[in-house]
Amino acid sequence: MTSFWSIWVIVLTLACLALILGLLLWNLKNYVGVKEGESCGHEFDGIEEINNPLPKWWTYMFFATFVWAVYYLAMYPGLGNFDGLAKWTSSNQGVTSIAESKEATEKALANGEYVQLDKQIIAAEERFGPIFEAFAQQDIETLAKDEKALEIGQRLFSQNCAQCHGSDARGGTGFPNLTDDAWLYGGTPDKIKETLLHGRIAAMPPWKDALGEQGVKEMTAYVLSLSGRKVNQKDAEAGKAKFAMCAACHGMDGKGSVAHNLPFGAPNLTDNIWLYGGSQRAVEETLNNGRAGVMPAWKDILGEDKVHLLTAYVYSLSQNKQ
Amino acid sequence: MSQTVASQTEYNYKVVRQFAIMTVIWGIVGMGVGVLIAAQLAWPALNFDTPWLTYSRLRPLHTNAVIFAFGTSALFATSYYVVQRTCQTRLFSDKLAAFTFWGWQAIIVSAAITLPLGITSSKEYAELEWPIDIAIAVVWVSYAVVFFGTLIKRKVSHIYVANWFYAGFIITVAILHIVNSMAVPVSLTKSYSIYAGAVDAMVQWWYGHNAVGFLLTAGFLGMMYYFVPKQAGRPVYSYRLSVVHFWALVSLYIWAGPHHLHYTALPDWTQSLGMVMSVILFVPSWGGMINGIMTLSGAWHKLRTDPVLRFLVVSLSFYGMSTFEGPMMAIKSVNALSHYTDWTVGHVHSGALGWVAMISIGAIYHLIPALFGHGNMYSVKLVNTHFWLHTVGVVLYIVAMWISGVMQGLMWRAVNADGTLMYSFVQSLEASKPFYIMRFLGGVFIVVGMLVMAYNVLRTVNAKSGSLATDANTQMA
Repeated sequence: MTSFWSIWVIVLTLACLALILGLLLWNLKNYVGVKEGESCGHEFDGIEEINNPLPKWWTYMFFATFVWAVYYLAMYPGLGNFDGLAKWTSSNQGVTSIAESKEATEKALANGEYVQLDKQIIAAEERFGPIFEAFAQQDIETLAKDEKALEIGQRLFSQNCAQCHGSDARGGTGFPNLTDDAWLYGGTPDKIKETLLHGRIAAMPPWKDALGEQGVKEMTAYVLSLSGRKVNQKDAEAGKAKFAMCAACHGMDGKGSVAHNLPFGAPNLTDNIWLYGGSQRAVEETLNNGRAGVMPAWKDILGEDKVHLLTAYVYSLSQNKQ
Repeated sequence: MSQTVASQTEYNYKVVRQFAIMTVIWGIVGMGVGVLIAAQLAWPALNFDTPWLTYSRLRPLHTNAVIFAFGTSALFATSYYVVQRTCQTRLFSDKLAAFTFWGWQAIIVSAAITLPLGITSSKEYAELEWPIDIAIAVVWVSYAVVFFGTLIKRKVSHIYVANWFYAGFIITVAILHIVNSMAVPVSLTKSYSIYAGAVDAMVQWWYGHNAVGFLLTAGFLGMMYYFVPKQAGRPVYSYRLSVVHFWALVSLYIWAGPHHLHYTALPDWTQSLGMVMSVILFVPSWGGMINGIMTLSGAWHKLRTDPVLRFLVVSLSFYGMSTFEGPMMAIKSVNALSHYTDWTVGHVHSGALGWVAMISIGAIYHLIPALFGHGNMYSVKLVNTHFWLHTVGVVLYIVAMWISGVMQGLMWRAVNADGTLMYSFVQSLEASKPFYIMRFLGGVFIVVGMLVMAYNVLRTVNAKSGSLATDANTQMA
């Protein structure tokens, strides 16, 4: 804020408060010209007004709020650019870009100038950090059998993951089921942790233009036949002939990128598990227009220790079942 | 009786009658939609998978209908009535007054069509798109011309306190509406605000909170200052109190908007300043309540027999309660708990259903017999029935929202020993469900009460001249 606007705010604020105070003081006196308790003398459609004094308790309350207001505006930011005697700030304000913000934050932290948010984060880190550090020392397979670890992991899951994967982790259309041991990027503890830390971006390209309407119909028949579904054999044969273009990601046998040790996250098409629905219509939709899946990266949001614990929980979901 | 007949020709009662009747009709519509969306929150299937029946589209329809159709029609009716009677002169222009009636109804109908279609500027309480915004500005300025024109040609020397409040409300709402609705149109049905980011949010809540402060508070205080002393037959308690609380109220309210944006990207100084002004505002707000309630001194016994007065006085109690609650919720550490919970919803409704609706209903019950040349409503017993239906409904509503609101706030901040949150959002939603059902029931009570009112008004309007007794006591006995 420029000093012009700062002065503007200060003057307006103080003038407003001073005028109200003056108004209150003025009305403590009887200036009406008739005795207190008597009618002011004018009448509107039969309504008269009495010249009663302001209630005492109400007047004192008014003064009290003024005293408090002056104290508060002296201690905390409120009067334009005046920081307040308590030097309190909620967050790192006054920056205009993310780069500037990062720089300012680092500088402030290095100098020990903590804003409210920093103080809270540091306090939470000190108090809770050791709990997660201790868990991070153990390997994921061990944690996946540790009741206490799973309990905390479950809480992290319901706060951060359930929004997409559901409270029971069984997913939904577009969001993988985490309990079925079918994995797009691999289900080993390391792979799961990698997914959680860095996120994933999946892309199924659209094939409408390349295959045409009939081509999509044939390919759908073939893809459905891979998981043992009853389809039109002629269509399926025709689809199979073109499957080479799909094999680059899904493998010639359609078993997906994990089975072939490829990094694409292309689903296994033979297990009858369908991320975007397994009806003929849904598969046609997938082939026609493609699909785009995004798993966010949690490294910066939760930190590595918590992700470690979360990995153990997610890993346990499909392990404990078997 | 002869005085009433004289008034019918001396004053323009036609526009008052029109607005008074529409107040009842829009009240039923707006509150009815409110009950439907309350039911949807408890039983989401009630949107029948129909886009225009979804909560997201009907919620703005509900708020617009109750604030701008029901509440504002009541303000139009009473301000036109009060300004004529207390200035002892006819409205400045009958034609312009008729224009404000038909214009305002057209605006309400266009809102009722566009909002369910999903046409919205997405600013809360200012959802209507730019062509309707322009129409509102035109009608509102016409309203100001009629009102101030009438004040200027008054036949009494002083301006009565009710008219100060009406005047403050009319001027400020015009400014708020025009400034907040500034937008760049990209088509007939879509525009974008000319403000950006935190500034846009601040302008929006400067508008939003003062829609509460000037429309729902100052306007209805104007109503209070006429109908309470009139119905009680008592003088206003303190002239000097009305001077202090009027000027303090209007000059403090305008600063209070930032308390809607605590803990957001709004600068710290703006948040604290908004909070300081909101807290001081508590005192002048109570000034109005004191002046209203103390006006009853010497007439308390009338509450036993007069349900209309009961509406007016209980509305003042709810006014006092919500103007204590509001400043408290504006304190940052309280707001940290209450913000984004149902507590806010409960607070708004204790103001809207307790204060605004009850004072309006009381005023309409006072107005209808006077406007249609009768001594009384068709049935004072039914007014009493309405009073209890409404009161029970409001209490059910706000108690439900207090419990679920505080519970949500506590659940969202509860942490385990390891620092993880104890509850997920959906768990707090599950816990709220019984209270959503309770709130829905409260709403049903209120709408049933409004239907009772509509029947009573209809019978009064259609009654034979001279058939309804003047003395309330003879009917109540």
